[in-house]
Amino acid sequence: MENIIHSVKNLSIGFRSKKNDEISILRNVTTNIKKGETVGIVGESGSGKSTLALAMMGYVKQGLYTIEGECLFESSNLLKMKNKDLEQIRGRKIAMIPQNAGQSLTPNLKIGYQIDEALRLHTKFNKNERDKKISELLNKVRLPSPETMAFRYPHELSGGQQQRVAVAMALAGKPDLLLLDEPTTGLDVTTQAHVLELLKFIAKDTGTSMVYVSHDLGAIAQVSDRIIVMYAGEIVLEGPARSILKSPIHPYTYGLLKSIPKLSLSGLPDSMPGSQPQPGNIGIGCSFYDRCKIAEDKCKKNSPSLEHILELQTSVRCFNYKNLKKFNDKINSITQKKNISKGVNEILNLTDVSISYAKQKILDQILNKITDTNPTVKDINIEIKKGETIALVGESGSGKSTILKSIAGLLKIKDGKIKFENDRVLSSDLKKRDSNDLRAIQLIFQNPDESLNPNHTVEQILSQPLKLYFSLTGNELKKKVAELLNKVRLGEFYMTRYPRQLSGGEKQRVAVARAFAAKPDIILCDEVTSALDVSVQAAVLNLLQTLKEDFGTTYIFVSHDLAVVRAISDRVAVLYQGRLCEIGPSKNVYQFPSHPYTEVLLGAVLEPDPDIKPKLVAKDIVEEKPPEKGCCFQGRCPRILGDKCKNETPPWQIGDDGNAIRCHISVEDLKKNQIKK
Amino acid sequence: MEISKISEEKQKNLLSKVLEVLKTMASRPSGFIGLSILAFHILLAFLSPYLAPYDYKAIDPSLMLQAPSSEYWFGTDSLGRDVFTRTIMGGRTALTITFFGSIIALLWGGLLGIFCGLVGGKIDDVVMRIVDAFLSIPWILAMLLIVSLLGTSTEVLIPALGFFYGKGIVRVARAATHDVIAKDFIVSARARGHSNFSIIWNEIIPNVRDAILVEGAMRWSWMLLGFSSLSFLGFGVSPPTPDWGLMISNARGLMSFAYWSVIAPIVGLSSLIIGINLTADAFAKALGIDRSTKAPV
Repeated sequence: MENIIHSVKNLSIGFRSKKNDEISILRNVTTNIKKGETVGIVGESGSGKSTLALAMMGYVKQGLYTIEGECLFESSNLLKMKNKDLEQIRGRKIAMIPQNAGQSLTPNLKIGYQIDEALRLHTKFNKNERDKKISELLNKVRLPSPETMAFRYPHELSGGQQQRVAVAMALAGKPDLLLLDEPTTGLDVTTQAHVLELLKFIAKDTGTSMVYVSHDLGAIAQVSDRIIVMYAGEIVLEGPARSILKSPIHPYTYGLLKSIPKLSLSGLPDSMPGSQPQPGNIGIGCSFYDRCKIAEDKCKKNSPSLEHILELQTSVRCFNYKNLKKFNDKINSITQKKNISKGVNEILNLTDVSISYAKQKILDQILNKITDTNPTVKDINIEIKKGETIALVGESGSGKSTILKSIAGLLKIKDGKIKFENDRVLSSDLKKRDSNDLRAIQLIFQNPDESLNPNHTVEQILSQPLKLYFSLTGNELKKKVAELLNKVRLGEFYMTRYPRQLSGGEKQRVAVARAFAAKPDIILCDEVTSALDVSVQAAVLNLLQTLKEDFGTTYIFVSHDLAVVRAISDRVAVLYQGRLCEIGPSKNVYQFPSHPYTEVLLGAVLEPDPDIKPKLVAKDIVEEKPPEKGCCFQGRCPRILGDKCKNETPPWQIGDDGNAIRCHISVEDLKKNQIKK
Repeated sequence: MEISKISEEKQKNLLSKVLEVLKTMASRPSGFIGLSILAFHILLAFLSPYLAPYDYKAIDPSLMLQAPSSEYWFGTDSLGRDVFTRTIMGGRTALTITFFGSIIALLWGGLLGIFCGLVGGKIDDVVMRIVDAFLSIPWILAMLLIVSLLGTSTEVLIPALGFFYGKGIVRVARAATHDVIAKDFIVSARARGHSNFSIIWNEIIPNVRDAILVEGAMRWSWMLLGFSSLSFLGFGVSPPTPDWGLMISNARGLMSFAYWSVIAPIVGLSSLIIGINLTADAFAKALGIDRSTKAPV
């Protein structure tokens, strides 16, 4: 057992409630981290994974305290150590990489200086050696031209580059253990894949042990040797990554994996009913009892202990794990989308839409001169049929939300037309739209915390559109609100609650209900599941699908998550830098031949499967502005032809299957090359 | 959060909400003291006509500058009027004028601030520069000008004080609105096509109300000090109406040998200001706004 470098023993951390009850957030967690291994800690929000990671470096958040147990590092308990002694360990032996590097780097200090600071604190190098070390570190984290990079400020770097700098800083003290708290969560798919690649390389290269905390099983699958699954503050499953991901023996992990949409499967993933119990609300039985499909009576009364299965090298907290496999074989199916009859009628038509954020000068306004020749969003042509779900996909800065806002009338378009039903041009100014047009298009936002007024009850929230569009009052209004709540699977008793009393999934259901209250023809969904946990995400996606089947609503679905888009959409439009790259039926977009950008995106998707590795084909750079001429993707394209791509706007190539690709490379050539890979 | 327990919670009406806030305020020692002082002053203001042992304007040269005695608890002033009577009656004027002044300040300052925060752009720029310009004028000079032109009646003092103390509230209300305005629920209301009025009333006011009320409570104590300063300078209420500022001003020359005629109004004024300040702080804490981190603009 010499190669254990960190061990957590029977650790419980909690806080005291107002009524002076002891409420634990972590409950009797015991685990060991071996030298050179990468351990992934996965769980949904509130499962205690971050608290555990912080405790591993001897830090307990304010308001929390250690109830029992210890964190042993080099045979001393970090939780009982004095701050002065902890300083010798933190950064030097245990380093941390935070979630949002943009916020953890000091904005007014140059990158080089910040790394130098870490070196000065944790090493005994002199100035010259340190300078050499800085470029060595920047090189190691694969930042371009390390010499000039050291003289840049954090805001001059992209999100991925900032994260790399954070990694470089953490490596400065040559730590034995690296703690990573959701290090890639805020990044774009392609950047995320690159950063994970780097982390994997570093783990191998330096032999550093890593603890990787994430809610994203896809990311965990790529880096971890061993996985710990947390639920309600307990470890429910722990074992080798492969066996946990391929054949999970705990019902929660099984459900979690089932609820993740996958690229290879069309159709909606299974959702898990219910939500994780809140700390202080956990009964005496198994904490997963309420949501478990194989639960028995004994699970309600007794809490299972972590049982070690020797032949699998896995620990599981379940009485019934042996039955899980039998049970699964019976229900192993995926809900297929019902093929509802889609109308042939066009409901919305975007013709040559351009949107510019540049402000026109007064003189140009008077002369009616167009100054911005390179607008943020350009030449968008999309026809949307009644009853279909069309998804706009792309990384941040691709203009997908911008397009959505202009459809909603929140942003004026510079050029082109938005036509609604029977070729009627929709004004891009909200105030010029009539009430019926306003009613017909409704929005659902990414973050339900922000989209629901915190001082309104659910009833007040849902009444707003009903009063506005249908002038309902009194009992009629109340009846309608109750009806809406039932439709989104929430009971009538939710009416008197405030948003803060609801869980994330429940809030998003209320937001969905509010959109449907207007009886809209089109619902614009802006990253509606990004802020939710995976099991809740699946439930919301299923809800949206059922509502659509009932009402025949058209969805315009914006997301950066290709797997989610695959699950819900009929058609997909891929955007890069505000320009359309590819548009077509979703099954064709997800198959080759594709536009090179689609290929890059698909390659970078992380699947919760250790055998499917991301393919990194494009350069990891971030372009701030679309190119003036030529193809929008020329800067990063792995298949660039040369001057043709730089000077000429590529033509649309429309295949037999209705899949349109905007590329200079012929579809046949794309097909040949992409399938070879 | 314990969801099952909350489901029992009924939607509270305004009264029970107010009671709950008061309860939270009183649970802290500073809040309890502040509330008690304020309640004492308000009670006194209501009851003073019945409690006063003498007529506040009864002049009796034979009783000039009597020291405190069992007959005249706080002594008498230079005109032989009972200081106790005048002290308890003096709070009445100050409280009434500044209370209604604060309400006017809250209303116009709050609404203008919310409006500016919501519309933004050029209108916001122009209005805020005008407010800034007014903020740069020494208020006491401007007040003196207004009072000397229009007289010192209550009908002039209340709106004039309300105007001058509302300027600061405009900025606080605007800042609070800016915090809210970027949230998606406002965007959502806009996209639905609600009118500006409906957005202000339904979406913004419930979210900025607390911040504005707390600011208003603080302005109240400042206004009280300002009003007393005016009276001290002789531009507040006109004699023989009893008023603390006026009493201090009249008696300050006699301080060396008739301290009692100054002490009583000073204690009255400062205890009321401390009471309001403590109450406002407790109010802010009870509403979850920490004034120590958010300095008033």
